[in-house]
Amino acid sequence: MRQTFVDTMTDLLAEDPRTALVLADISAAAFTPAAARHPERVLNVGIREQLMMGVAGGLALTGLRPVVHSYAPFLVERAYEQIKLDLDHQAVSAVLVSVGASYDRAAAGRTHLSPADVSLIDTLHGWTVHVPGHPGEVSALLRDAVAGDGSAYLRLSILHNDRPHGTDGALTVVRDAGPGAPLLVAVGPVLDAALDAVADLGVTVAYTNRPRPFDTAGLRKLAGTEVILVEPYLAGTSSRVVSDALADRPHRLLALGVGHADLRRYGSAEDHTRWHGLDAAGLRRSITRFLEAALQPAR
Amino acid sequence: MRFNLQASGMTMTTANTPRPTGGATPPGPAPALPTVPGPPAVPGPVAGPLERLRAGREFGANVYSTIDVLWVLYDRILRITPETTDDPDRDRFLLSKGHAVAGYYAVLAAKGFIPPDWLDDQGGPDSRLGDHPDRTLVPGVEIGSGSLGHGLGLGVGTALGLRAQGLLTPRVYVLLGDAELDEGSNHEAIAYAGATGLASLTAVVVDNHSATHGWPGGAATRFTANGWTAVTVDGRDHDALHHALTGHDNHRPHVVVAVVGGE
Repeated sequence: MRQTFVDTMTDLLAEDPRTALVLADISAAAFTPAAARHPERVLNVGIREQLMMGVAGGLALTGLRPVVHSYAPFLVERAYEQIKLDLDHQAVSAVLVSVGASYDRAAAGRTHLSPADVSLIDTLHGWTVHVPGHPGEVSALLRDAVAGDGSAYLRLSILHNDRPHGTDGALTVVRDAGPGAPLLVAVGPVLDAALDAVADLGVTVAYTNRPRPFDTAGLRKLAGTEVILVEPYLAGTSSRVVSDALADRPHRLLALGVGHADLRRYGSAEDHTRWHGLDAAGLRRSITRFLEAALQPAR
Repeated sequence: MRFNLQASGMTMTTANTPRPTGGATPPGPAPALPTVPGPPAVPGPVAGPLERLRAGREFGANVYSTIDVLWVLYDRILRITPETTDDPDRDRFLLSKGHAVAGYYAVLAAKGFIPPDWLDDQGGPDSRLGDHPDRTLVPGVEIGSGSLGHGLGLGVGTALGLRAQGLLTPRVYVLLGDAELDEGSNHEAIAYAGATGLASLTAVVVDNHSATHGWPGGAATRFTANGWTAVTVDGRDHDALHHALTGHDNHRPHVVVAVVGGE
């Protein structure tokens, strides 16, 4: 996904003189050719994340369309107040593109993990969040985000599904178990594991790579009584949105995702997927327990 | 006496002082030049708007420490008028120390950017003028500020954005306080602007000696160590400020440290 971002962003800089890229050393080498061609619009400020976001705000104030890129914890968490004030409060916008996701670089430890990034962005108003599930989804999402005029967060990961799924942000039914069946909504790269987990269960599976704004109309159309969210970032990030959308209906919600605890373990991204119960077996355990509870006779 | 600066300490906000419930001096015409130990002289055209904005409240010394440099900027330096607030080719003035609003609003009113009646009920529920400025509410205000340490980064980005679009005439001025320099974000901006020779940027540091741990060697040294040109002047001396504010060499970023003290 990162390479697709680099390639598409390099093209966008050449195509649209309104675009600018702000970096804080991360991925700077990959953008060397673009920087050579557009030295005044590819700006590497060094390891200075507060300045990176402030510069983006200033560029936007002059009418440019800044894209800001770094590791997720440094992009979203380190200079959160700059996102809040230098972009939103100034009534200007930018496209933020992160790599690293929740635990892509698990061996690097907690400092490089960012399961809370989408939750933090979700505290802001009016942001679009894209979480592609395959490198083949990245280019169109980036182009859409840059062509728009609002703020957007594009969350890239080394984890991905076997194939891309085209979507305009609406919930797309990947597996239909019929009316009234439990609905599982998978966001981005967790789709394949979710499909495996419920392969022999009567569960409808819908996919989106745009959790914000969440397709609440699609959710209301597809949801029966049981709703299962599977997200590749902090568990429960979209619970509020789903609960609000279904507030007028009796329903049960299971929200699966990355746990809050610092596991203090290294290993691989796949290890962390398993430890957080987001592999097919872990998801199946949680989902089966949730659906069995629905079948218990009332006391 | 209209002002009581000696008792005001270094209050960091300007308009939180409750309005007196009785015995207040009603807003009146511009005060005559004061005698010691009265309030510092306020540039003539600013006095009326400032009195109207003050509405009987007491202002802290920080209000008066910034008015002279604000006036010199708007009266002699900045290429911006009420008619050109959206002109891409205008100079940009970014007030980073957003609590210095009283003088800012008074100067904007004196120069016709905002109607005088906006000065009434500042901070009230229907007022556009808060204790910190909001760029979406006040014509001519380039940034919303208040949380310290944001203006210089935004100023660097603004200067870069203008340059990338071939707008080489405008300068970007960012006004900070010496205590505001405590925020590390400023030093990210100072180092980067110096290293890249961001020549269209001027920082103005109003130094009223309010940084808790001070700046040994002077605030300007934090800039010059990073390749900026710097001038340190008496922040009350309009001609000296004018000279300093036009002292950039068009090759490097420039800082003017305006020292005000003894109030």
